Amino acid sequence: MAFLDRTARSFFLAELVSGMGLTFSYMFKPRATINYPHEKTPLSPRFRGEHALRRYPNGEERCIACKLCEAVCPALAITIEAEPREDGSRRTTRYDIDMTKCIYCGLCQEACPVDAIVEGPNFEFTTETREELFYNKEKLLANGDRWEPLLAANLAADAPYR
Amino acid sequence: MGFWSGFAIPTVVIVLQIVAIILPLLVAVAYLTYAERKVLAAMQLRQGPNVVGPFGLLQPLADGIKLLGKETIIPSGANRVLFVAAPMLTFLLALVAWAVIPFQAGWVLADINVGILYLFAISSLGVYGIIIAGWASNSKYAFLGGLRSAAQMVSYEVSIGLVIITVLLCAGSLNLSKIVEAQRTIWFAIPLFPMFVVFFVSALAETNRAPFDLPEGESELSGGFNVEYSSMTFALFFLGEYANMILMSAMTVILFLGGWLPPLDIPPLNWIPGVVWFALKIAMVLFVFIWVRATVPRYRYDQLMRLGWKVFLPFSLLYVVATAGVLVAFDWLP
Repeated sequence: MAFLDRTARSFFLAELVSGMGLTFSYMFKPRATINYPHEKTPLSPRFRGEHALRRYPNGEERCIACKLCEAVCPALAITIEAEPREDGSRRTTRYDIDMTKCIYCGLCQEACPVDAIVEGPNFEFTTETREELFYNKEKLLANGDRWEPLLAANLAADAPYR
Repeated sequence: MGFWSGFAIPTVVIVLQIVAIILPLLVAVAYLTYAERKVLAAMQLRQGPNVVGPFGLLQPLADGIKLLGKETIIPSGANRVLFVAAPMLTFLLALVAWAVIPFQAGWVLADINVGILYLFAISSLGVYGIIIAGWASNSKYAFLGGLRSAAQMVSYEVSIGLVIITVLLCAGSLNLSKIVEAQRTIWFAIPLFPMFVVFFVSALAETNRAPFDLPEGESELSGGFNVEYSSMTFALFFLGEYANMILMSAMTVILFLGGWLPPLDIPPLNWIPGVVWFALKIAMVLFVFIWVRATVPRYRYDQLMRLGWKVFLPFSLLYVVATAGVLVAFDWLP
């Protein structure tokens, strides 16, 4: 019987027909892809995108130039120089991230004791030249100002798990 | 019979008829590529082209303009004449076959008595375009693709020939219009269903479509016979392949699905003009072409040869004998 069954199946192309049926049924299922530039998928609050340097609500920059991020960075993408400011507080004079080196591991934001350097939700920061990807302190602070509401919300959402 | 009535006017009429066939055909080819991408996308849960124009309907146009704007690269080691001639040959042969296709009762450019033989001959010649392209490119991938294509087309033509003989036995004519008329009582797809399947699968192999697209197997031959082609030369291959697909669908429809005849000869159905039925049936067969592509993975080369020579050839040979036997035994010969 098994032989007959097998022969009949191969003669009537049973497997082929069932496969065709499957693809046909898939034709009427909802699409899995989205129209990317117009539609976007939701992002996790932990998403590690473009970097930003944050400020306190009073406008003071958070970074205290402890250089933990520079030390932990596995790609050696961060360069920091620091000296005391006129009022005696320790601040960075230079804070550069080479975005072409960065591997978006998120160790810098893990290391930061004051939540100054964070990786934000923005992943659409392509540029036309390589030089534009060498971020300096100014650019990072501007990013922080631009994304602050989202950054703060993301940090708050993730805080219970830390 | 002066110059005008004897020569000039018939020539103009024929040229106009040719244009009336070729133009819709080229539009059909363009929108076949669109339909293929859309159907494949739907079956793979994707969107398909939807940016250029409403629903992406202008996509084929954009693709065509893009290809036209590219530079034609001729490899330095290539045989220049044959390299350029090969895509032209493929495209030309795909178009030339349409001369004998009857779109409706009486709507045929050349109503020759051996239409089916002509079609068979032209579709067999199609392999030359590919094998010349493979050889003239002077590239190992193109060469292997050309070889595969030649072997594959020769193998499957044998069973296509036998299938055609079965149909001829039932129709009693080599004229395509007569073959269609012979199906007025019942479409040949029903009594000759196994042959219909064999013909369709062989048509897939003949047009180098998935699952028999080994000549252009991109995974191992990085594109096969057309790796070295670019711009318009590539576009001609592309158009030729799709025109061939439509041609083989038209052959399937004429031989098995009753050509321009409506499914049932009753009032609401036979009010629709035959050419519409013909186009609808072709579209249906083309959908199956694409559907198969979305479903079946590519055959291995030895499997392809095994299917052609060890399954289809003996099977169709047997069926020819059986059909002839039945027709003679019951005195049904037309």
